[in-house]
Amino acid sequence: MSTHAAATATPTPGQRAWALFQVLKDKDLIPDGYLEGLTDMMAHQFDPANGARVVAKAWVDPAYRALLLRDGTAACAQFGYTGPQGEYIVALEDTPTLKNVIVCSLCSCTNWPVLGLPPEWYKSFEFRARLVREGRTVLRELGTALPDDVAVRVWDTSAETRYLVLPLRPAGTEGMAEEQLRALVTKDVLIGVALPRVA
Amino acid sequence: MDGFHDLGGVQGFGKVAHAIDTDSYKPVFHEDWEHLAYGLMFLGAAHLGKFSIDEVRHAVERIEFRQHAGTRYYERYVIASATLLVECGVITQEELDAALGAHFQLASPARSGGRPAITGRAPFEVGDRVVVRDEHVAGHIRAPGYVRGRQGVVLHRTTEKWPFPDAIGHGDTSAVHQPTYHVQFDVKDLWGDAADDGFVVVDLFESYLDKAPAGQAAGAPARPSRQPVAA
Repeated sequence: MSTHAAATATPTPGQRAWALFQVLKDKDLIPDGYLEGLTDMMAHQFDPANGARVVAKAWVDPAYRALLLRDGTAACAQFGYTGPQGEYIVALEDTPTLKNVIVCSLCSCTNWPVLGLPPEWYKSFEFRARLVREGRTVLRELGTALPDDVAVRVWDTSAETRYLVLPLRPAGTEGMAEEQLRALVTKDVLIGVALPRVA
Repeated sequence: MDGFHDLGGVQGFGKVAHAIDTDSYKPVFHEDWEHLAYGLMFLGAAHLGKFSIDEVRHAVERIEFRQHAGTRYYERYVIASATLLVECGVITQEELDAALGAHFQLASPARSGGRPAITGRAPFEVGDRVVVRDEHVAGHIRAPGYVRGRQGVVLHRTTEKWPFPDAIGHGDTSAVHQPTYHVQFDVKDLWGDAADDGFVVVDLFESYLDKAPAGQAAGAPARPSRQPVAA
């Protein structure tokens, strides 16, 4: 009797996916264009450039910043950045003594419309297991070493709230226009593992 | 369910395979089948209306332990959707096996019928000290094991309510809607000195919580609580 995982690992992931697709297609259960429309939304409309636009506006517009921190859903809805996996949005404000970071230890929950679909590393067993327990160490390994006087606060996405991090606006950006500021806000900045960096 | 998926705090994993701002996030889907994982999930959940996303999460949790550890992320969602579509009678195991040309290993059957929410209690308020109920649940639950029995402070109560996962995750469409609470824990209260300094905030349904008793509660950490960071 085999106790090895290989017993269930013979078909490739792609073969399993297409087999399920074929069974549903043979029963005529997949409407024309259904998967194409969803894929376009997930692959192209949900994008971290959306979150970058939100953060840059919050950096230059105090009223918008206040709205974002009070009602993140309404602030993101102004740009149309709500939808599946982004229906109740909370922005997490970094301060000089606090760094926020997002994870989903139980699966992969992410604010899709604002951050884009989660990347492979965010869904990895390593990130899910370690971030909640040794956040400072994980951030340092990823390339973000924080001073001891900055507390790490990890947000485990375990229900319906979907987060984005509102980072501190870095020094040296005083003269930058909103459009230039957007370029500093990467997907990793929105997740919270990176700080915005001025080139 | 105390399954493989409940990874928060598990030790023995190596480094996260990433360095900040190095990976391109495009293309979003790396292989020609990956879009099918969520696509067919939404087909079953939203278009056919056969199951909830909570049931998908539970079906992923029900994937047998060794298979779970050996599968890739999107693969698990294909297995979960296939499992639910078989369980609700839309397709059959035999049809999947024929299309695959091999046995299509589905997730294990549910070991529980789920449970209802606790009702009739006053809501918790921001600033309340709460304790996560010390209970083991065989079915779906959205409280990670690492906060079970632990005390934290409420930072936020949601202004919306959602169906209780332990019920809707088992297909109970009459599940009570509840708010959730952002509860902040001191990491050292969860894992002592075998952890970094810091805080973790977990988004917990009302039914997972009780108000912490005044003074030292049973099951609460022995160490004095640190000052929580302001919300």
